[in-house]
Amino acid sequence: MAHVSTYKPNSAIEKWMDDRLPVMRMMHDQFNDFPTPRNLNYLWTFGGILTFCLAVQMATGIVLAMHYVPQETMAFDSVEHIMRDVNFGWLLRYIHFNGASLFFLAVYIHIARGMYYGSYKAPREVLWIIGVLIFLAMMATAFMGYSLVWGQMSFWAVTVITNLFSSLDSIIPGLGTTVVEWIWGGFSVGGPTLTRLFSLHYLLPFVIAGLVILHIWALHVPGSNNPTGIDIKSKSDAISFNPYYTVKDGFAMSMFVILFAAFVFYAPNFMGHPDNYIEADPLVTPPHIVPEWYFLPYYAILRAIPSKLLGVVAMFGSIGLLLFLPWLDTSKVRSARYRPIFKWFLLLFFVNAVALGYLGAKPPEGAFLIWGRICTAYYFVFLLVIMPVVGWIEKPAAMPGSITDDVLGKKPVPAK
Amino acid sequence: MAKKKTEPTRRDFMTIAAGSFAAVGGAAALWPFIDQMNPDASALSLATIEVDLSPIPVGQSITVSWRGKPIFIRHRTPEEIEAAKAVKIDELPDPEARNDNISATAEATDLNRVSTGKGDTAKHENWMILIGICTHLGCIPKGQRIGDAKGEFDGWFCPCHGSHYDTAGRIRKGPAPRNLEVPVYEFISENKIKIG
Ligand code: HEM
Ligand code: FES
Repeated sequence: MAHVSTYKPNSAIEKWMDDRLPVMRMMHDQFNDFPTPRNLNYLWTFGGILTFCLAVQMATGIVLAMHYVPQETMAFDSVEHIMRDVNFGWLLRYIHFNGASLFFLAVYIHIARGMYYGSYKAPREVLWIIGVLIFLAMMATAFMGYSLVWGQMSFWAVTVITNLFSSLDSIIPGLGTTVVEWIWGGFSVGGPTLTRLFSLHYLLPFVIAGLVILHIWALHVPGSNNPTGIDIKSKSDAISFNPYYTVKDGFAMSMFVILFAAFVFYAPNFMGHPDNYIEADPLVTPPHIVPEWYFLPYYAILRAIPSKLLGVVAMFGSIGLLLFLPWLDTSKVRSARYRPIFKWFLLLFFVNAVALGYLGAKPPEGAFLIWGRICTAYYFVFLLVIMPVVGWIEKPAAMPGSITDDVLGKKPVPAK
Repeated sequence: MAKKKTEPTRRDFMTIAAGSFAAVGGAAALWPFIDQMNPDASALSLATIEVDLSPIPVGQSITVSWRGKPIFIRHRTPEEIEAAKAVKIDELPDPEARNDNISATAEATDLNRVSTGKGDTAKHENWMILIGICTHLGCIPKGQRIGDAKGEFDGWFCPCHGSHYDTAGRIRKGPAPRNLEVPVYEFISENKIKIG
């Protein structure tokens, strides 16, 4: 796309194919001889890691679905059956279960990388927006997958989250109830709800895969950003994707797989909640319901706001706002490396997000509630006020003249 | 194209007519795909249950299941009734009765909360019948079992996000926006109710 094709068919067959459907040419130009900034650090390996995670979830999910029964009275037992009777069932389920957590770990690092190095700015806005959509679809998928186990946490998570829509009742009376009963297929969460969640849990990962293709397409038009945020200007700024980055990505992925395996084999339930090994009981709510760790920051935002409707709006808004990041940030400089003021506010934003995660797991009382409100306030103030204002008033630090200058340690050029 | 605007032609008309027809047809074809998700005939048919109240001693509660929802039945003590009656309407976050047996705009007095709409309310104001689902996000509040936390107003307490309900099931403190719903029910004999 962004560069002249260097593909040369080596055989008559390849030539024949190239004239009809040039997939080999596309693969060669996009993933072999693709010019890539020479200074990418390990934070750039998470894109590959995420693709790997998606493939792992799909492979394990499809085989789990061969044994899982999406039916109210049998779902929980069928998961236990997978764990005890199915050959390697325990392994497949633990991979799928921990895989979801590691998928989120990787996506949070990937998003933070994009924010720090300004990868959402022109000309990568569409790339960024597709990324946020993938993130939303991942959250929906993980939520639905978690419900399939039909344990106590599954059941009550579905109850609480689907009830968020009942807040629409305070806009048009009856609307929320209608929507919620439509989602449930009944007057409470039950069998019909489970079957539809299964159907959609199977579907959404394929939607995500489609979005990933668009995401990579949108990436390959301008090419990768890099830690300096400076565009590729000359041949010496870039290296070819293969072998340099295939090897770097491969190494990082191996490290990631070691971490993954450590969880699967040594602490498979570390990221789960023991109550989910109790079968769903519609008449008893567990004393302390918490979502999976990757949803905790949003749960903290929901609970920080005393009004039900506004809590829901804030929760969805906290993710929705990310779509507008390219326009909320008014600075021309991409990388936070050269933004002396913004950098600290952004790092505080990351700390704040982790703090929200911590607070999301605590009961919303006393000091936890107060801190929950402070952190929620910072989340929104950062995006809506600090981002635009700092962009206007900040004087960027001296920047290197090019990627090559930076790599070779040449003296930076002061900002004009 | 800087062509002068001309009279619409027959072709314009056909394009618009065909386009609108396809749009309406498409929307109509979508409806079965949406409506299939609504509660089906078997869910709608689970409509009524009968409950015998005689085994429930004063001060205790039972929970029964109706349409997959928990129904709280509490045999209130005279003190609990008095406490509920002593509350002024303007102290209530939700001033509406939320009782499906009477008018939707009725005030949330204790009598309106226990009313079956049949005018014999005073006879059985000791029976509080509620849908046991927190109006915040749908957890089941505590307070049905002996030893449960009943919250600051001695009724029910929802631990999920801290909503306190009083002895008439009215929201008093916490994020829940509405009083606990009173289902449609009636007394079919002295000690028996029919819910639904
Ligand atoms: C984006 C990719 C995916 C994510 C993030 C994801 C996430 C999850 C999560 C969090 C669970 C609950 C695990 C547990 O607590 O045991 C789950 C369960 C399940 N998922 Fe997925 N999943 C994905 C893809 C798929 C695919 C493509 C299928 C194919 C049908 C699938 C089939 C299942 C099944 C059958 C279960 C229930 C059995 C179990 O609990 O292990 N998943 N998923
Ligand atoms: S569900 Fe009861 S307080 Fe939130």
